[in-house]
Amino acid sequence: MKTIGLIINPISGMGGKVGLKGTDGAITLNKAVKLGAVREAPCKALKALEKLIPLKDDLLILTSSNDMGEIQCKSLGFNYKIVYKTGNFTNYRDTINAARIFEKLGVELILFAGGDGTARDIYKAVEIRIPALGIPTGVKIHSPVYANTPELAGDLALMYLKNGNLCLKDEEVIDIDEKEFRNNRVVTRLFGYLKVPYKKRLLQNKKSPTPLGDEESQKAIALDIIDNMLEGVYYVIGPGTTTRAIMEELNLPNSLLGVDIIRDRKIVKLDCNESDILDIDLERVCKLVIAPTGGQGYLLGRGNQQISSRVISRIKKENIIIISSNSKIIELRGNPLFVYTGDPAVDKYLEGYYRIKVGYGNDLIYKVSGGEDGKTLL
Amino acid sequence: MMKRIIRNSKIRDFHQARWNEPIINELGHKGERGIIVPQTEEAIERQVGDGISKLPQSVRRKKLPNLPEINQKRVLMHYLRLSQETLGGDINIEIGQGTCTVKYNPTINNKIADSEKMTELHPLQDESTVQGILEIMYKTDLMMREISGMDYFSFQPGGGSQATMTMASIVRMYHRLRGEEEQRDEIITTIYSHPSDAAAPALKGYKIIKIMTDEKGHPDYEAFKAAVNNRTAAFVAANPEDTGIFNPRIKEFTDLVTKAGGLNCYDQANANGLFGVARAKEAGFQMCYFNLHKSFGTPHGCGGPGSGAVGVIKELKDLLPKPLVDFDGKKYYLNYNIKNSIGKVKSFIGTPQVVLKAYSWIMSMGAEGLYEVAKIAVLNNVYLIKKLLKYKGLTVPYDVNIQRIEQARYSMEQITKDTGIGIEDITRRVMDFGTHIWSSHHPFYIPEPITLEPTESPSKEDLDEYIETIHHILDEAYNNPEIIHSAPNNSTIHQVDESSLDDPDEWCPTWRVYLRKTKTD
Repeated sequence: MKTIGLIINPISGMGGKVGLKGTDGAITLNKAVKLGAVREAPCKALKALEKLIPLKDDLLILTSSNDMGEIQCKSLGFNYKIVYKTGNFTNYRDTINAARIFEKLGVELILFAGGDGTARDIYKAVEIRIPALGIPTGVKIHSPVYANTPELAGDLALMYLKNGNLCLKDEEVIDIDEKEFRNNRVVTRLFGYLKVPYKKRLLQNKKSPTPLGDEESQKAIALDIIDNMLEGVYYVIGPGTTTRAIMEELNLPNSLLGVDIIRDRKIVKLDCNESDILDIDLERVCKLVIAPTGGQGYLLGRGNQQISSRVISRIKKENIIIISSNSKIIELRGNPLFVYTGDPAVDKYLEGYYRIKVGYGNDLIYKVSGGEDGKTLL
Repeated sequence: MMKRIIRNSKIRDFHQARWNEPIINELGHKGERGIIVPQTEEAIERQVGDGISKLPQSVRRKKLPNLPEINQKRVLMHYLRLSQETLGGDINIEIGQGTCTVKYNPTINNKIADSEKMTELHPLQDESTVQGILEIMYKTDLMMREISGMDYFSFQPGGGSQATMTMASIVRMYHRLRGEEEQRDEIITTIYSHPSDAAAPALKGYKIIKIMTDEKGHPDYEAFKAAVNNRTAAFVAANPEDTGIFNPRIKEFTDLVTKAGGLNCYDQANANGLFGVARAKEAGFQMCYFNLHKSFGTPHGCGGPGSGAVGVIKELKDLLPKPLVDFDGKKYYLNYNIKNSIGKVKSFIGTPQVVLKAYSWIMSMGAEGLYEVAKIAVLNNVYLIKKLLKYKGLTVPYDVNIQRIEQARYSMEQITKDTGIGIEDITRRVMDFGTHIWSSHHPFYIPEPITLEPTESPSKEDLDEYIETIHHILDEAYNNPEIIHSAPNNSTIHQVDESSLDDPDEWCPTWRVYLRKTKTD
């Protein structure tokens, strides 16, 4: 018998149909309701759940009351159990509370329906401790923790539960600045990671090796950085899983979403703020190692604000080491990487072509643009 | 009564044989024999002994080899069955191997190479007794010089990747002789050059710098300028690249590298679109290589034996692998007097049988014929593109109006977005029609890619059958996706989980290893 946790954020997506660019927060929700928004997430979640019907007899779904999962499980005849009761109105706390209970009860997978806000809540609750997979029902879907469609989320969940040909990988939880978003500006940042199942390849005509997965790729990059580390030099390690691999290869603790400083392969300080970074001799003996985070190819300004314009203005360009998995570069579709430090002069200074380390002894020449050119959407 | 095969549709009704045939080591029984080897005649034994006792003890087997023991008929059945379970270039319309380039290998050339005059030669024979094949190798060298503009060729590398590694070795030796080996530790290539252009130099210890494309699909010249410096050992690239797009500024690229003290190496494994049109020399390259199986009509041979012909300008002749096949005006000979040679990259002088096939192919085509090859290969490609792009879901990246040369990389991203069916699903389904597409163009800079390359070989009728087959499958993706999800339905084997294929613990390169790894207590 397989056990999964199901969370449906019933209000996700309500803002979309009535022209709002999200449904996060009570004020926006009320506005959406006044504009005539109706709940669509439960119906979309049903499309994903229908895909699990073949597993019905071997599946127990733990879920929350009413529209957060109970009604949907009941309508499809699933074997389910209510482990969390909601009030008449649900909010983000319900998502977090339910997810925490699922973790305690040892579910194999959390299937959640919502948008970027919901993914952030799941991350707050369980981080990367248990697998989670998103059914896309929200207005904003920037986080690659979601399948492309509700149906595909159901397919993927089914394959995962059937011990199919699936692996797990850490995917970014990305969300936007709501205020900026409602002003038609898409400004995203990294909020965390979820451990997500993904489909491996099934091939007939094997000829070349399977390309390195993100994890192996990160490890290869990390080994390159470590093998070329200079004695006595501070290394400011930016946030993200790509940079985390360096710390892991060095067997050092690390702050996934923070900035760590090391020297001679030892911790100087973990989870630094701007002033911690400014305290070191940035001009002479420092290398900054950063990776694009937060979607859209931002190198600076979206999830690593500690590395401020003041920090950057004291680090020489040649001391910035940019690392990235090939997959992140591919996602850019040829668009440049961006820096947005808030200081146009610093952003301008950073512009140009850089060597992006994408593997061991393997660099890609890639363009970095300053400011937010091309990032205005909608 | 005679019965005609009615084919109203261009789509082929195909079903491959499935024999569920074990590997040969699992067949037969102890003591079973294919042939009984006759006893040595007394007269012979008196002269040479028993043939074994004179061998030193150290080279004699202690135990008999663990070979399969099978009767003749069973061996014949075994290999015929395997051949029926195999899809080769001679039996299908081979267009889906873009970047690998499979074209027709005229059987007569294989017959010539199968002649006893070739097969009974031994590589250790005295030069005077192998003047024929040496002459052919020398003359093939001369023809390669004309085709490329280079001054000398070596046929020693066993294929394309080894040829690229040979070029990287020449690069290393060149800089060593100039005292810059340590300093020049970087090789630049482009993202759409063949992956071996990065992999082979990496094996030689070089750092690899890759150049992305600009918005038109050409290598980004500004990025290239940022990459070239006094650490640049060489630029190794294909042109046209795997997208089929030709870099019209290639001379500016090579000039920049030459000026910076580096060398330029042309991956011209596939020259099909450029025969008689453009040469390595005029593009500023100091060396190049051709894959004889991609460009000169010799078989791929399931990964070998092959030949990657490496050509260099005269200033680099002394760095080529030795020996070179040379001519002193009277006789052909093996020239070991190559003072700074990188040494040997393959035993003896490479694979003369393959060079013979290539020689035969070139001679049968003639200079005009080679130019014709380029024209028809490009024409076929343009025809294929025009037809295929009419179908829903298939696109080519970058500007569709930019001329593709002999192949084109397409994207099925729209189909994936619309239906969830990806390129790997499609590659499985095409097998149900007696053809195939290989999609291992990693990393997928172009989403859901396929690269189709007709070459000069297929007729219009062949092209139309292939086009209709692809059309049929694209249509299924939208209207009958289940048949794609379950594919291949008519092939030898069903879906294979490839995940273990990159796990050394799962590899069994020999029967003995298999037995050891599968042994149960």
